[in-house]
Amino acid sequence: MVSGSVFFQRESAMPQPSISKTMTTGESGLAFIFAVTAFLCLVASAKALDAPFAFHAALSAAASLAAVFFIINRYYDRPASLPPQEINGRPNYNLGPIKFTAFMAMFWGIAGFLVGLIIASQLAWPALNFDLQWIQFGRLRPLHTSAVIFAFGGNVLIGTSFYVVQKSCRARLAGDLAPWFVVLGYNYFILIAGTGYLLGVTQSKEYAEPEWYADLWLTVVWVCYLLVFLGTILKRKEPHIFVANWFYLAFIVTIAVLHLGNNPALPVSVFGSKSYIVWGGIQDAMFQWWYGHNAVGFFLTAGFLAIMYYFIPKRAERPVYSYRLSIIHFWALIFLYIWAGPHHLHYTALPDWTQTLGMTFSIMLWMPSWGGMINGLMTLSGAWDKLRTDPVLRMLVVSVAFYGMSTFEGPMMSIKVVNSLSHYTDWTIGHVHSGALGWVGFVSFGALYCLVPWVWNRKGLYSLKLVNWHFWIATLGIVLYISAMWVSGILQGLMWRAYTSLGFLEYSFIETVEAMHPFYIIRAAGGALFLIGALIMAYNLWMTVRVGEQEVQMPVALQPAE
Amino acid sequence: MTDHHSEIDSVTGRATTGHEWDGIKELNTPLPRWWVICFYLTIVWAIAYWVVYPAWPLISSNTTGLFGYSSRADVAVELANLEKIRGDKMAALGTASLADIEKDPALLALARAKGKTVFGDNCAPCHGSGAAGAKGFPNLNDDEWLWGGSLEQIMQTIQFGARSGHPKTHEGQMLAFGKDGVLKPDEIVTVANYVRSLSGLPTRSGYDAAKGEKIFADNCVACHGDGGKGNQELGAPNLTDKIWLYGSDEAVLIETITNGRAGVMPAWEGRLDPATIKAMAVYVHSLGGGK
Repeated sequence: MVSGSVFFQRESAMPQPSISKTMTTGESGLAFIFAVTAFLCLVASAKALDAPFAFHAALSAAASLAAVFFIINRYYDRPASLPPQEINGRPNYNLGPIKFTAFMAMFWGIAGFLVGLIIASQLAWPALNFDLQWIQFGRLRPLHTSAVIFAFGGNVLIGTSFYVVQKSCRARLAGDLAPWFVVLGYNYFILIAGTGYLLGVTQSKEYAEPEWYADLWLTVVWVCYLLVFLGTILKRKEPHIFVANWFYLAFIVTIAVLHLGNNPALPVSVFGSKSYIVWGGIQDAMFQWWYGHNAVGFFLTAGFLAIMYYFIPKRAERPVYSYRLSIIHFWALIFLYIWAGPHHLHYTALPDWTQTLGMTFSIMLWMPSWGGMINGLMTLSGAWDKLRTDPVLRMLVVSVAFYGMSTFEGPMMSIKVVNSLSHYTDWTIGHVHSGALGWVGFVSFGALYCLVPWVWNRKGLYSLKLVNWHFWIATLGIVLYISAMWVSGILQGLMWRAYTSLGFLEYSFIETVEAMHPFYIIRAAGGALFLIGALIMAYNLWMTVRVGEQEVQMPVALQPAE
Repeated sequence: MTDHHSEIDSVTGRATTGHEWDGIKELNTPLPRWWVICFYLTIVWAIAYWVVYPAWPLISSNTTGLFGYSSRADVAVELANLEKIRGDKMAALGTASLADIEKDPALLALARAKGKTVFGDNCAPCHGSGAAGAKGFPNLNDDEWLWGGSLEQIMQTIQFGARSGHPKTHEGQMLAFGKDGVLKPDEIVTVANYVRSLSGLPTRSGYDAAKGEKIFADNCVACHGDGGKGNQELGAPNLTDKIWLYGSDEAVLIETITNGRAGVMPAWEGRLDPATIKAMAVYVHSLGGGK
């Protein structure tokens, strides 16, 4: 499997000037903090009030000790001076953390798609719950959503942002240990969150299930992420900030705000996993969906638009279609998205005026979203022929098409009369997955197909033919998935609202469940195809790293002549 | 790279902005006109919507819109319409006796409609959405009744259940003749075959009919009655009518006689209000087998 060396290849074999070697403040400080953390976690584990908390505290003690070991070991392995910012006038890019996130993205992606397939099958055949609490639908469902959104998507976002910000600023990533702290810390958060779900630890807020201690840890990691990203932008060698970096920055800052707004909680005990959210009733619901919808808006949209703005022009070798459109749609998107959350709470105890605002801002969001689609698609002008020969570019472009489709469907579903049919039905699931599989999934796959040869210094992918197979299998899977959910959702909505002449419900709930059954099977089949595509991709990327032809040896990745 | 060194893109004929990052340039394309128009239209539409509907918070209230729309008022109107459709029959359903309901066609229709809805939400998980039952859960469409098929008897069963723990529940169960050592294994096989013979099912070769009849008379007749015709007072099924709750295979019968049976029907009193239980009894009675 992957050894550390895959990520830690020394980028330069230049002789180091002989200076006396000392630990940096960061190294000694962080080692000390982790040593203290290890001790505190050990105490917490001993005094824990519930088994999952004891497990998580013990795991954290072990992880903290591993971090101390990692820091000290790295110190002894490294040359006396830290890696230089530039070598021969070219930026000395920091690629190790990016390689790590690319690997983790693929790992979590496959895990998340697999769990998705399992829960889709559980819905079709409930016996697959096996009466085991750890693999009940209720616990696996947040595991699936967190694994695909935060683990897969998050690693893609962090990895590509670290790559794009360096290349578009012509500057080495800020910090020495900090980038590693971000990528390892973030993945440790995923581990705590995921194992927590399986053990029944949840604060029961959709897409914000992790309990208070995982939330606190994520806050630390995320602030560090912001600092690394901002620090790199501040030392940029380019006069302007590239559009992708605006989107990355909007994503990082807003996610921090959303996370803090939605998660203030009072633990029952500092030695237990259970906590209570400080918000109550409809305020809690409003905070939850302000968070939930903007997780879509800033995590799954702004972040991945940043990927689009770098990888599509790069891969198509064409300029971005319109600078003006990028500015207008960026600010419109940022301003309008944050209001749209209440459309998740139509026809609830939420006051009518709030519902109105949620709906109207969603409608106004339609064109700003499409601005991104236009810029992505039209960047291809003059390079459309490449779609025939380059399946990676095709994947990126189809992702933008799915983005356009879901950002039309979303505003439409936010209209109250449409929502009265679609709400709580599988239509919503279908809508989410046309965005998640089509847009986020494909743009991530496309970016990883580009990124892996670049950061591992390979001439190209192991096999474009396999990318082609991945593309078609996954596309077929998406089509099966979303069309099954459209039909199922609309059928479900119509059955729920059918009344007899005496004003009684025409169908019992169990009858609507029976009607869904065939569509649940089709959905599971679609999910299986999507998973198979990802497995093909993992094999392809693995072979690219293992046997791919080395790019002509350069001390750093090649810069275009200027 | 030099700043603001604009150039003309040969493919589109458009000027670039002169910026460049890692080889990526930007065209200075104006905003697509249709895009701008659509964006403005959505904004105009949103503003118009704010005028018509409640939209913006004020210090202690909110704008109410031109027509004072409120979703709660909408619900009130819909509920009032429902009242109109059902008339005063809903109240009558609460006070009418079962016999009264049977006599009044409008009340009967209402009770059946309500009963159907309630059945779907409460009974269908065990008895099936079509009330056809399953192994251990009686079919409610046929005219075989464990505890009686008159309106009153059905309502009593729904109200208090069978072996439900409710003080007024139906009691009585199939005893575990094998487990409790009352009958020996070979006797159980014999009497199982006798029970099969009651409804004309074939018996295994070498089976001693006279011995079977004797065992049945000594052990089973007390509840299942002479000739196995059953006893609804005790919930003892009729064994001659080819309707089987758990199955008629020799193996199933041996299991039934060896370990006994005591399926539970929950008591719905307290979980559903009296009018609803009444409606459900009327609905179940109407399914085909009501006496």
